Amino acid sequence: MRALRWHGKHDIRCDNVPDPEIEHPRDAIIKMSACAICGSDLHLFDGFMPGMKSGDIMGHEFMGEVVEVGSANKALKVGDRVVVPFTITCGECDQCKRGNFSVCERSNRNKDIAAKAFGHTTAGLFGYSHLTGGYPGGQAEYVRVPYADSTHIKIPDGLTDEQVLFLGDIFPTGWQAAVQCDIEPTDTVCIWGAGPVGQMAIRSAVLLGAKQVIVIDRVPERLSMAEAGGAITINFEKESVIERLKELTQGKGPEKCIDAVGMESHATATVDAMYDRVKQAVMLESDRPHVLREMIYVCRPAGTLSVPGVYGGLIDKIPFGASMNKGLTWRMGQTHVNRWSEDLLRRIQEGQIDPSFVITHTVSMEDGPGMYKTFRDKHDGCIKVVIKP
Amino acid sequence: MDTHGLKDRLREPAPAPAKLARGLGWFSIALGVAELVMPRTVARVCGMQVGATTVQMYGLREIATGVGILFADDPRPWLWGRVAGDVMDASTLAAHTDLDDAQSMRRTGVALANVAAITAIDVYAARNWREEEGPPMYDYRDRIGMPRSPEQMRGLARKDFEMPRDMRTPEALRPWTAEPSQGNEKATQTPAVSVAPASESAVEAGAASTPAAPAGTPITPSSIAPAGSPVTPTSPL
Repeated sequence: MRALRWHGKHDIRCDNVPDPEIEHPRDAIIKMSACAICGSDLHLFDGFMPGMKSGDIMGHEFMGEVVEVGSANKALKVGDRVVVPFTITCGECDQCKRGNFSVCERSNRNKDIAAKAFGHTTAGLFGYSHLTGGYPGGQAEYVRVPYADSTHIKIPDGLTDEQVLFLGDIFPTGWQAAVQCDIEPTDTVCIWGAGPVGQMAIRSAVLLGAKQVIVIDRVPERLSMAEAGGAITINFEKESVIERLKELTQGKGPEKCIDAVGMESHATATVDAMYDRVKQAVMLESDRPHVLREMIYVCRPAGTLSVPGVYGGLIDKIPFGASMNKGLTWRMGQTHVNRWSEDLLRRIQEGQIDPSFVITHTVSMEDGPGMYKTFRDKHDGCIKVVIKP
Repeated sequence: MDTHGLKDRLREPAPAPAKLARGLGWFSIALGVAELVMPRTVARVCGMQVGATTVQMYGLREIATGVGILFADDPRPWLWGRVAGDVMDASTLAAHTDLDDAQSMRRTGVALANVAAITAIDVYAARNWREEEGPPMYDYRDRIGMPRSPEQMRGLARKDFEMPRDMRTPEALRPWTAEPSQGNEKATQTPAVSVAPASESAVEAGAASTPAAPAGTPITPSSIAPAGSPVTPTSPL
């Protein structure tokens, strides 16, 4: 089969590899019908996530048809159409039972490595380094899904792949980011980053009733898509984020702040951004936390910071004194996809939202590797890439 | 490749003078650092007989100008500042050359030629700089993603969304208050807006919303992980 494989920094190739096989009775094999390049795949592409090995298959946002099931998998049958959550969940451990699916205690088969890095293991993820299990990802014609009886979202007839594909990652990620803010109808929600997750977070915040949604980015087409979703936009290259937020909140700051950027923030012409870039270049810091610093600074005292953006390691010069003294609440984590699947699928079926609005490019597997750079550099108006086999 | 009907609307590249200005900003910083950390070497290469402190002062000026170009919304004053600095540099070169030393003369000549070239570039950048803007060539303003306008969709999910208890803002911090009442600077605990999610009363009453189920109770939606799925005691991996 064909699969997009990581061969090193900035080196993704479409290779022929052996088809996957059932390895455990709870497994299933999915014939991929659509997958996407996620913003967090770019952290692998750019070499910021440790634990990748040459030949690893990329991708964690995918869907398809079940073509084979393990003997103990009674939840699925051949022919079922499923979206696969990017977090692999056993459904039985203490964390899964509490709904904390992204920190499933069993699905990471390299939990010793994860525990060394993070103190405890987190869930296994598809195509996202050996720190999270080293599972082959979904940018392949066929994918083995471990714990498939728990790790799937069944899709009813009548919905297109494009409408439901993002149930596996960016839609619940944006939704959880907004939910973590516990939005009140009087709230201003400020979102850093108008990429795919930011776009979903905007619409989620609107649906959850935020009085005002503000988004910060610098890419004109992303800002135009954010405006379409109901956001007030701030182009941080053209205006002062701090001054504009003061104007929009009568000097009080937004009650709720969402970091939909993560470890590769691109603040330009700020001292801290240059400082981070230098430290990262000489490996004294793994992530660039400009957005976190800015959120702490502008957030209204007693407000909430929600962090769906991915961070991988160490950050520096966080004004934690400001955070502590302002009494800010932090909420963060990988998405507990299964928690939201049923509810969000229903909202798509009812027509409240159609997540396909974010797709700008649909390409073949062969064109997939080139789209990483296009997506990373935001060329050609690229916001979200879908790959078809 | 399907670009969803957008292929012919290519984004205009950033104006060259804007890129040039950024390049000059970084150049200025690099030159300034060199002058700051190795002033004698710089003076020797330029064929000048001048004290290290003077070169270091010029280095600080270069760094300040470079930072100004990179930071300013409008870098033109800083670019003209570079031009003025170029004149200073040329004057200093001319004034401090050892006229009895042929090698120094040659070096100063090369340095002056370089200064002249960079001055021309600085003037060009200062005169032609324009903001990187213009309407986005990819216009996504029709991509609402919702069936009606955001204003009409606002708050729709509050009618039936059950807020997980573990993600609620602590009671003491919510809801956000109205403006302080007259003569009372202390914020009131009265909700500014009386809208409450439909599920609020159930949550307040302690009813277990989906994720807040008691420990030990599987809360996975039945359609995702049906109850009664076989439990495998050993790791399948």
